[in-house]
Amino acid sequence: MRDDGRTFARLGLLGFCAVAWLLPAAEQGHAQASGDHQYTSEDIEAGSRVYTSECALCHGANGDDVDGVNLRLGQFRSSVSDDDLRGVITTGLASARMPAFDLNSDELNGVIAYIRAGFDPSGVAVKVGDVARGQDLFEGQGDCSSCHRVNGRGPRTAPDLSDIGAVRTPAALQRAILDPITALLPINRPVRAVTRGGETIQGRRLNEDTYTVQLIDSEGRLRSLVKADLAEYEVSNTPTMEPTTLSSDQVADLIGYLLSLRGMQ
Amino acid sequence: MKPLRTLLSLFVLGGLLASAELDAQVTYDRILAADDEPENWLTYNGNYSSQRHSGLEQITRDNVDDLEMKWMLQNQTFGAWQSNPIVVDGIMYITERPNDVMAVDAVTGRVFWLYRHTPSEDASVCCGANNRGVAILGDKVFMGTLDARLIAIDAINGKPLWDIEVADVNLAYSITMAPLIIKDKVVVGVGGGEFGIRGFIAAYDAETGEEAWRFYTIPGPGEPGHDTWQGDDWEHGGAPVWITGSYDPELNLTYWGVGNPGPDWNAGQRPGDNLYSDAVVALDADTGELVWHFQFTPNDGYDYDSVQVPVLVDMDWDGRPRKLMLWANRNGYFYALDRETGEFLLGEPFVKVNWSSGLDENGRPIPTPQPAGSPTWPGNQGGTNWYPPSYSPSTGLFYFAAWENYATIYEPEDSEYRPGRFFLGGGFSVLAPVPGAPTIGIGRTTPINNWTDEVGYGAVIAMDPRSGGAAWKFRQFDVSDGGMLTTASDLLFTGGREGHFHALDAWTGELLWKASLGGQIVMAPVTFMVDGHQYVSVISGHTLVTFALRD
Repeated sequence: MRDDGRTFARLGLLGFCAVAWLLPAAEQGHAQASGDHQYTSEDIEAGSRVYTSECALCHGANGDDVDGVNLRLGQFRSSVSDDDLRGVITTGLASARMPAFDLNSDELNGVIAYIRAGFDPSGVAVKVGDVARGQDLFEGQGDCSSCHRVNGRGPRTAPDLSDIGAVRTPAALQRAILDPITALLPINRPVRAVTRGGETIQGRRLNEDTYTVQLIDSEGRLRSLVKADLAEYEVSNTPTMEPTTLSSDQVADLIGYLLSLRGMQ
Repeated sequence: MKPLRTLLSLFVLGGLLASAELDAQVTYDRILAADDEPENWLTYNGNYSSQRHSGLEQITRDNVDDLEMKWMLQNQTFGAWQSNPIVVDGIMYITERPNDVMAVDAVTGRVFWLYRHTPSEDASVCCGANNRGVAILGDKVFMGTLDARLIAIDAINGKPLWDIEVADVNLAYSITMAPLIIKDKVVVGVGGGEFGIRGFIAAYDAETGEEAWRFYTIPGPGEPGHDTWQGDDWEHGGAPVWITGSYDPELNLTYWGVGNPGPDWNAGQRPGDNLYSDAVVALDADTGELVWHFQFTPNDGYDYDSVQVPVLVDMDWDGRPRKLMLWANRNGYFYALDRETGEFLLGEPFVKVNWSSGLDENGRPIPTPQPAGSPTWPGNQGGTNWYPPSYSPSTGLFYFAAWENYATIYEPEDSEYRPGRFFLGGGFSVLAPVPGAPTIGIGRTTPINNWTDEVGYGAVIAMDPRSGGAAWKFRQFDVSDGGMLTTASDLLFTGGREGHFHALDAWTGELLWKASLGGQIVMAPVTFMVDGHQYVSVISGHTLVTFALRD
């Protein structure tokens, strides 16, 4: 009945723009911790030239001219790993009318590095390995599934990773694996509470305010605690997770698997 | 008591009973002496001194536990509800988004009438379709609108009486503040500091809407202060006025806080002090002429609007009685000024500050700009902001909401002015402990706090104005946009983004009572009395909740 719907929409949009300025803090200072898990800046720079001459005609300067694909943001129709991208580039995709490109290995590495760096010549391009090998590592040698849950399997102690590939960049995943103390989100810091009755509760926060905290305890139960009722309440800065001992190729595979987790399909 | 009141209300509605109509007349004399009728809340800030201190004392620290909810009014529109109620003789006047005014029975919460102004589709606001309330004089209520109009409405039947253009909506002028009545005039300022407006404060005849005076917050060619701008920067230099000012009838001066210069974050693009951005101006209430000014943040590159409420306090200073103005500024400093002359008396930081290393003997900040990519304290939303403070003459303390340990990284860049479009000069990001972690937003839009107190947290600060130090602090896990209300019974009522509504001991900060209302509290509570019962109203989320003692 009201005829001011458009006004609302416009005012709402402008209001939202203000929030959109609150970008995440710049990701800096982690290159040294990443070792050889990433492409070099020379790879990325070489890749930018290859991209401009070979790819930009169809994919566009921002990588988003093809429907369903945004190369700069790492959104592909089916590819996950670097090898998947290599395959598509060198053999083409007839169904999408993408031709095969005859690139040498340096050019191929470069253009993948450029895509993985988000088209940013000064960015970080993380290697992304094989999904199946990554899943084996996740459930086996990597010992991830003893705490993390994926697609309904595993404990709820640590954050559920079923959609982690949709909400984290490769660089953020790499940092979480190599140097978890610098990647742990504040809300996920382990908490320990002791009630006045002497019960010790350990868990992971879901929410907190001045007077209460809501968490999943180590038994996987939802608990809401009133701080005034606690004898002790501590938030630890140290993640339960240790830095990985996997090799750089294995880390790339693990990242590949994590990136393939896109939530309920 | 109920039947009689209802009957009276009916008469008031119908305009049938002369005495009831007279009751509804809010004369200038009544506003001048607002402290003599603490049962009412006659202006945005409660009285001309803007102390938000009520003389009511039925609710005390001994019975505050007996507060119970009496009624709720649900906002029917979407978005933060920042409105401040006016209460006159049992009738509450409240606005809701975008530009609705309601007359509400203050005892039952039922609505007498709703006036709805639909703003032009060309209206532009940076930060939400906010309206912070009305002013009342005689039998008229006055509302500024998002499309920069000023409307007079019949207080009895809700019908518009006049409707004038204050400024050009196509240049992104807007009005979000509640007007201030002075004598026979309606005084209002304009928003649009993110769109390159040239700010002003203007006064209008309450009977006709005819403009009486206008003071531009950026001086034009030939006026003093014009040389604090270069080239044509002054034409679109911002300096909006979006929070209601104060008035000293003895001095006949009206005081207004002025907002940020534009573009917001690129100070290098507009060299000079950029007067009167981020300043308080003292104007002759009859003519709008500038009598004095004090600039808190010259050549601001941090969006440190000085749109706080000027709180007027008479107290001894250095052994003699003085007329003071107390001010906790968005830039992180607390100030005491002499409001006759504008003389700087005291300035102390109340949160971590690194954009300046201190104030000189005139109160001018010593700038210490941080290197590119490094965090600046306080962050963009400030150490405090527009949230109304309170001063209690009983405790002698000044209360306000502060954001502690909150910083942002500014990213200035050149902006080209285009009429009616955003004119920002870059952007900023909130400093987070981990890259990519969630951070504090301009408002709270989720019941879950996953950014935590590591990104910044809230505190009620009880400031001792003599020392510039805190008498006590009341810490909260999330930051708070809550305004303050104190009472003669030494209670402090306030809330925050978490939706907790608190009653604190105004002397000590001790928590006496709280209610979890479930939505962010972004305006000060008000208190009033009807038929011998003291009420406290506060807006949480989309709901106005009114409490009183259990019968």
